Amino acid sequence: MMGTLQHSTAAGPPAPNPGATAPGRVEPKLKISRLNFFYGAFQALHHVELEIAANRITALIGPSGCGKSTFLRVLNRMHETVRGARVSGEVLLDNEDALAMDVSRLRRRVGMVFQKPNPFPKSIFDNVAYGLRVNGLKGSAHLKEAVEHSLRRAALWDEVKDKLHKSAYDLSGGQQQRLCIARGLAVDPEVLLLDEPSSALDPIATAKIEELVFHLKENCTIVIVTHNMQQAARIADDTGFFLLGKLIEFDKTETIFKNPAKKETEDYITGRFG
Amino acid sequence: MTPHRWRNFVNGLMFGLTAACALATVCFLFWILGFLIWNGGRSLNLAFFTHLPKPPGETGGGMANAIIGSAQIVLIASLIGLPIGFLGGIYLAEFGSGAFPFFVRYTADLLNGVPSIVMGLFAYAIVVRPMHHFSAFAGSVALSVILIPTTIRTTEQFLRAVPQTLREGALALGANKWRAIATVVVPAAVRGVATGMILGIARIAGESAPLLFTSLGNDYWSTSLSQPTSALPLMIYKYAISPYADWHRQAWAAGLVLLALMLLLNVGARLVLSPGAPRN
Repeated sequence: MMGTLQHSTAAGPPAPNPGATAPGRVEPKLKISRLNFFYGAFQALHHVELEIAANRITALIGPSGCGKSTFLRVLNRMHETVRGARVSGEVLLDNEDALAMDVSRLRRRVGMVFQKPNPFPKSIFDNVAYGLRVNGLKGSAHLKEAVEHSLRRAALWDEVKDKLHKSAYDLSGGQQQRLCIARGLAVDPEVLLLDEPSSALDPIATAKIEELVFHLKENCTIVIVTHNMQQAARIADDTGFFLLGKLIEFDKTETIFKNPAKKETEDYITGRFG
Repeated sequence: MTPHRWRNFVNGLMFGLTAACALATVCFLFWILGFLIWNGGRSLNLAFFTHLPKPPGETGGGMANAIIGSAQIVLIASLIGLPIGFLGGIYLAEFGSGAFPFFVRYTADLLNGVPSIVMGLFAYAIVVRPMHHFSAFAGSVALSVILIPTTIRTTEQFLRAVPQTLREGALALGANKWRAIATVVVPAAVRGVATGMILGIARIAGESAPLLFTSLGNDYWSTSLSQPTSALPLMIYKYAISPYADWHRQAWAAGLVLLALMLLLNVGARLVLSPGAPRN
């Protein structure tokens, strides 16, 4: 089933580039260099440099307005829906220029889940099938199989298997968010971006989302923006700290929380501001 | 009076005044409805729906041709006006910022305020004059020009009310903008858009002024869209200003039928589009 939707990458896996990386080091899934971002005259991101490793969970933390959500939205170019948004620098997805490739193809490879659950006004089935249909998958047997697989991956199948053709709006907030994750997973993305996915949910629903995200990294690279530092500490392998549009520090989560190198990071995680 | 009692008095007075005006509004509506039902109801009979008008002075006859004529003219007007207004509304809501959309929006609002008889004159100039005769089609053109600006603006409003997050959700799955609009945004707004369209149709169906010198009216069946054609509002106008009691009676009946048709259209559409109805 995983093979029903082949990615149309022309070159397949990128050729190793011995000049750029140390021997034995794995190529990053996403490599961001010299990234600047502007809303009109306002600069929201300053010279961000970051390498995101494959099959890991990377959390981005920082106070409101620090640019972490803006940064996330650049990774699948959702910023292009905002008038006056401008970006400079480089984003490489498996060594391919993400800012230059066809945007629909990029978004299929780099999926996104939003802060508030945003199911479409359609049935549960049609929500999950949406991305597959957009990308040209036809045949109801294929669709059914893919929808079930995605709902299972999102740990929602048992709760909805008897009401697939009911409206998605009949689900609870937490179920709706897991439906949105299933919808994102259906097109089998290589990277999944999560923008504060549990900030609108209660603690039990939040715990379910966290557990789900934790398991997803086996097949997927996860980048999650969160306001909740405990959440970052619980699930992330790596954590980046943003402040005023700059990436202050990026390291293993344990290092960031136990032994941060920068004073700003320490101030933030110990609750001295933000 | 103490200041306290004075304030209470003003408060009570203003409440009474606003409530009285609200009541007056409802009273007028029911007054009109009562008149129509009382006078029209007594005059309605089967012949009204099945017979052609009788010559002046003779009693009896009906408005079968005007009922069919109205339906014809409004249908063609809707076929012209609704798609243009709908697609234009999509443009304004989804692609519209900058000088040109501002100009379109402004023009639509301006057109909304133009007296409907001017639309009739316009259709007379561009359809009747070149064709050298009055026709149902000319009436449809006049009505569609009234329908377009209301449709474009209501469509735009209801599409704008769709949360931005739904658009982003579709785009994030690799849908292009048009696909997101057609499969997510429009379905999310379909109830409001359709209701706006139906209200627009109800409005043009009751217009008489734009038809006066376009579809003109006809005492017989018209067999094609290029012939002068009768319509209910035209018949009401013609019969109400006539000196014959029997024609006055039929004018009331026509008013009642027109109202009932609009009510039926409205209620029917609301039932079909109600949240309880099955989706997809």
